[in-house]
Amino acid sequence: MADLSVKIKDLHFKNPVLTASGTCGFGQEIADFVDLSKLGGVVMKGTTLKHREGNDYPRMAETPSGMLNAVGLQNKGVDNFIKNIYPTIKDVDSNFIVNVNGSTIEDYIALAEQINELDKIPAIELNISCPNVKEGGMAFGVSCASAEAVVKAVRAVYTKPMIVKLSPNVTDIAEIAKAVEGEGADSVSLVNTFLGMAINPETRRPVLSTITGGLSGPAIKPIALRMVWQVAQAVKVPVVGMGGIMNAADAIEFMLAGATAIEVGTAIFIDPTIPLQIVDGINDYLERHNFSSVRDIIGSLQM
Amino acid sequence: MKKTVQELLLVENEQLNHDNFRLVLQSENELPPIFPGQFVNVEIKKATEIFLRRPFSILDVDPEKRQFSLLVKILGRGSKVLTTYQAGDKISVIYPLGNGFTMPKADEKVLLIGGGSGVAPMLYISKVCGLNLDQVHVLLGARSQNDHVDVSAYQSFGKFYFTTEDGSLGEKGFVTNHSIYKSELSTFDKIYTCGPNPMMKAVAKDAVAAGVFCEVSLENTMACGFGVCLCCVEKTTTGHKCVCTDGPVFNIKDLTWQI
Repeated sequence: MADLSVKIKDLHFKNPVLTASGTCGFGQEIADFVDLSKLGGVVMKGTTLKHREGNDYPRMAETPSGMLNAVGLQNKGVDNFIKNIYPTIKDVDSNFIVNVNGSTIEDYIALAEQINELDKIPAIELNISCPNVKEGGMAFGVSCASAEAVVKAVRAVYTKPMIVKLSPNVTDIAEIAKAVEGEGADSVSLVNTFLGMAINPETRRPVLSTITGGLSGPAIKPIALRMVWQVAQAVKVPVVGMGGIMNAADAIEFMLAGATAIEVGTAIFIDPTIPLQIVDGINDYLERHNFSSVRDIIGSLQM
Repeated sequence: MKKTVQELLLVENEQLNHDNFRLVLQSENELPPIFPGQFVNVEIKKATEIFLRRPFSILDVDPEKRQFSLLVKILGRGSKVLTTYQAGDKISVIYPLGNGFTMPKADEKVLLIGGGSGVAPMLYISKVCGLNLDQVHVLLGARSQNDHVDVSAYQSFGKFYFTTEDGSLGEKGFVTNHSIYKSELSTFDKIYTCGPNPMMKAVAKDAVAAGVFCEVSLENTMACGFGVCLCCVEKTTTGHKCVCTDGPVFNIKDLTWQI
């Protein structure tokens, strides 16, 4: 068995495979299929200060090698999280990371302060890239100035590792990454979904209630990989890569491009056992190539 | 009930009519309990352009043979490719998913109304609800005689009635035009329905008017089937609920349908 452990700042991950926010609920939803303690981490469903109903149905469209979603951060709010969900995860031996969202900087601050108090939540993923909400979300992540403002404000109140989740819907993602690193981000995760749309030609109407939605799945993998590679060269903090990862080979591509860890998202919808298959597959790859540690392949792309 | 991802063996693919097929799947292990209204999410690997699984409700279960069957009606690309699978093929299935119908009490009289692929759970209810033949009334609607599937294997479990839009089988019109529906609706203790939304809404409206318990099974499009994608939501009196995990069966009093 190779050493699969990685670190983000001082946070230890037993392996580099995390489940992506919005694709695994709060962990328990996939516990029938997966021993959660075998995952490097679980990035839980996007959480907001207050309950959100999310967008109207229809919220999903299957597309070539992927799908669009327009869920709109449906969640029951942080109070419900602390009261009803936190007790179900706090004894599971994995890194449960809260994906933090807000419509305003004040929302982000108030939420981060509450999460900071939870002993068994070792990190947050600060989401400044949700494409499916009218206020906040991606709006914060598409300019350096607004991204800096949120990260700076949350950094002032949140003392544990902070991973900032970036939007790919920008001209230069490396610039945004450098900007948030400059304000104290301990890591950046990328990419969130690409803004896209689908139309039903028979009805001449948009498929999604929100007209546009976020594209995920293998369709975005080459673009996500390119962005991870660019960002990994631009920043010193660890990069968490994601975007269409379906198997261990995909995960390894992201790590060779410079990702310290990866998140598996849409693949879980097809088969929730894929994240653990990827853990095993990475180990097989390391043994086959005589690497003693997964850390040896991070950013080891041969040019 | 614990959900699993399993590779199942397709042991039979029987064409029932021009666009309906009965697929029988067998597990290597003992089957979990599977209730009427529950569904499975099927991976359709034979066509690379089909990315997501497709949900199908369960038609019947044979625990001794470790088999269950699906009624697959060709509606789009996914269902079409699935009907080309042959006995001996392996199919990845996530099951059992969702909550089933509320089973009737021993002295109750029930009306099961099915249309399209919604016939499947109605037939399964008729078989396992434990009532006598004269307590179970099954009303099935389709466009034409050619669109109905052969239900003779279930006719010992209930009284069957048919409607067709062209009058080629049973009474002419929609299920809601059938004489038993029009004259006896209020005599039933429970009404269960699965099929196209306009049909279920029409039934729900009449059930409300008649004051009869009514459950519907919804088919909202979904990505995962086990409650993580949050794409298949239906508005209820208590907010958005996932059809896959909170349903697919809902009591109509919990829905916000404008009926």
